[in-house]
Amino acid sequence: MKAITANRLSDGVVVYVDAHGALVERFGDAQLFDADEADEALVRILERKGAIASAYLIDADAAGPTGRGALRETIRKSGPTVRRDLGKQAELTDERV
Amino acid sequence: MYRYDEFDETFVRERVAEFRGQVARRLSGELSEEQFKPLRLMNGVYLQLHAYMLRVAIPYGTLSARQMRQLAMIARKYDKGYGHFTTRQNIQYNWPALIDVPDILDDLADVEMHSIQTSGNCIRNVTSDPYAGAAANETDDPRIWAEVIRQWSSQHPEFSFLPRKFKIAVTASDKDRAAIKVHDIGLRLYRNEDGERGFQVFVGGGLGRTPYIGERIREFLPERQLLSYLEAIMRVYNRYGRRDNKFKARIKILVSSDPDDFRRLVEEEWAKSDREKLNGPLDELLRVRRFFEPPKYENIPQTCNSLDAARARNDEFDRWVRNNVSDHRMAGYAIVNVSLKPIGKAPGDISAEAMETVADIAERYSFDEIRATHEQNLCLPHVRKADLFDVWRALDSARLATANIGLASDIIACPGLDYCDLANARSIPVAARIAERFADSDEADGIGELKIKISGCINACGHHHAGHIGILGVDKKGEEFYQITLGGSGGEDASIGEITGRSFSSSEVVDAVERLVTFYKENRTVGERFLDLYRRLGPAPFKETLYGDAAH
Amino acid sequence: MATLRIKNGSALFGDIRKGQEISLAAWREGVRPEAGRFEISIPNTEDIESLENVIRRFDAVILDFPVFSDGRAYSQARILRERLGYKGEIRARGDILCDQALFMIRCGFDALEIGNGDKDAFTKALGAYSAYYQIASDNSVPIGARRSRRRDAA
Ligand code: SF4
Repeated sequence: MKAITANRLSDGVVVYVDAHGALVERFGDAQLFDADEADEALVRILERKGAIASAYLIDADAAGPTGRGALRETIRKSGPTVRRDLGKQAELTDERV
Repeated sequence: MYRYDEFDETFVRERVAEFRGQVARRLSGELSEEQFKPLRLMNGVYLQLHAYMLRVAIPYGTLSARQMRQLAMIARKYDKGYGHFTTRQNIQYNWPALIDVPDILDDLADVEMHSIQTSGNCIRNVTSDPYAGAAANETDDPRIWAEVIRQWSSQHPEFSFLPRKFKIAVTASDKDRAAIKVHDIGLRLYRNEDGERGFQVFVGGGLGRTPYIGERIREFLPERQLLSYLEAIMRVYNRYGRRDNKFKARIKILVSSDPDDFRRLVEEEWAKSDREKLNGPLDELLRVRRFFEPPKYENIPQTCNSLDAARARNDEFDRWVRNNVSDHRMAGYAIVNVSLKPIGKAPGDISAEAMETVADIAERYSFDEIRATHEQNLCLPHVRKADLFDVWRALDSARLATANIGLASDIIACPGLDYCDLANARSIPVAARIAERFADSDEADGIGELKIKISGCINACGHHHAGHIGILGVDKKGEEFYQITLGGSGGEDASIGEITGRSFSSSEVVDAVERLVTFYKENRTVGERFLDLYRRLGPAPFKETLYGDAAH
Repeated sequence: MATLRIKNGSALFGDIRKGQEISLAAWREGVRPEAGRFEISIPNTEDIESLENVIRRFDAVILDFPVFSDGRAYSQARILRERLGYKGEIRARGDILCDQALFMIRCGFDALEIGNGDKDAFTKALGAYSAYYQIASDNSVPIGARRSRRRDAA
């Protein structure tokens, strides 16, 4: 499965695309796409140039990022591993972050 | 230190206004991300993993207390209460919002600071010796020349779209604390036999994918000729540097392909140029020079009884003096190194509160001067020996008195995969684990000078090639691995570390470093540093230590 | 497709060329200007100094920015103005953002082909700075010299 991630233009915060095409901050709210739907959904997001600085697909399942880029994407989803008090891991208490 | 006049002030404010406009054009969608990216980079704004990152220039590493307090204010107001000192004498904020950056830049301008050219394919913030003006045996204060270069390179119309980034370092001492030979241009000011001051000019040094030690392309350049000669080097690079391949675009590739030809091109260009015009007015040089006059030292004796007594009374203080305090040129004064490497923390990180502590101490005890070092520490350049005990206590209260300068736990590490978009692997946790392994002060003192440097990718921001032990993060099928290089140095005896062999997993790498250190302890002669032993014995026994018989 | 020209220190927008254009490649194949006004376009990889005798015959030289990050033509323009003393028009063509306009003018360009670029943005960009640190091909007095003058006056 794939998820779409981006950094928000105004503040750089990591965001994901949810089932309604909205940008959400929590990975737990991200929509998981099949590979073929994912490409189309990404094209739609990339059109929103004024909202995001960049967007791309990641491998993921419901538990979190998977595959080769899993470590990098897990750090993006949670925050620096050396500062557990910073980033999304500190701001969002829901275990699905 | 240098103070802005109205021209400098106006220039920096105009730059802020220009950038404010560029941000607005990006937010309105007028600029695409592709168009905006090089513009934001030229003002030090990156997009990293979690957020934007803003890199603020600390020209040649010199800061006043007022500037340091403003950096603390910015950390609190716009960031998450801390900053990160880098290997280029800059400070980085890891969490600013793009929409706030123009305001941050205005706040910086209030204290004569900016982020101009801290990134991008232009002439970057010029670096220098952190002991400038304080070290013994200096030919001149190198910051005079660094400031001249700062002004000349700011928004240079011809050299703002170079093939690749461009870094210049200046020193005026035999002891190289600015790593000039691993810069695109390294300048060493000295006096020739006739007693005239001039620069030895090294070009084409650099780390990264293909590390090189700079070529000496001129033995003696009269100091007055500096700017015209720099123009000649830059023009040759702008014209002939490769632009077809990002990895071959640094000047080191141009120089190393034929150093003699490069030298000839520069000399020919220089000979044809209007030197008089390019060198600028002499009285402007004298004007800049006046800002770097020595502080008003007191006339005090070299030996300080109260210091000796305090050292005899307090072992921890004594250790700190031994490891963190260096000789000053003036009798009765000392240079204090402030370690930003408490065991287990991110090298170079400092909280807003600690910044303020350093500012207070500098104001009270160091003629209002602070320096950032390329080893990610700070330094208080002019402290009376009689004040060292009070300074130590004040630093210690803010966890700034770790007595490990130059030792195994004084590790340089780039932000790595915890923050950096380009990283292959994490750097900070590896640094923390190694520092913990060598946390015992007596053991660390026994090992002596050992420079461990860690980069999270081949860009080498952690200068791993210049480490006695260098560690490079690599990605193996999504797993973090670490390659070890040995024998590097960024000093006057500069050398590029040699790759030892296969890389180590994250769980193996700390043991591997410890094996190297153990081998060193068992084989050194009296006074021999790790680097000296490596140079004496060559790589073979070290490889065997790392890999056993498999090395053969 | 607009061209920005600097005349007596102010920006004018128009689309008039100086004359018929030939490329350096065509020149090398033997094409020669006849009567009238002519311009020559030169790739940014050329050594402009070696072309002194060619360039003298043209009313305008067009230098190329294939992508805005490729800054070789800045050096070409300065050499043309400062070393060869070229007095004709030097025109920038290619990928030109308003953020670079000032760098170009300072390096000796006096015309920029800005395509559909926003004229107001270019005009504004040209006025972004009141003084510069370096001496270059424009007539502005660098900051260092301004400081000297001020001291002399004091
Ligand atoms: S060395 Fe690589 S990982 Fe480390 S800060 Fe530089 S670019 Fe990032």
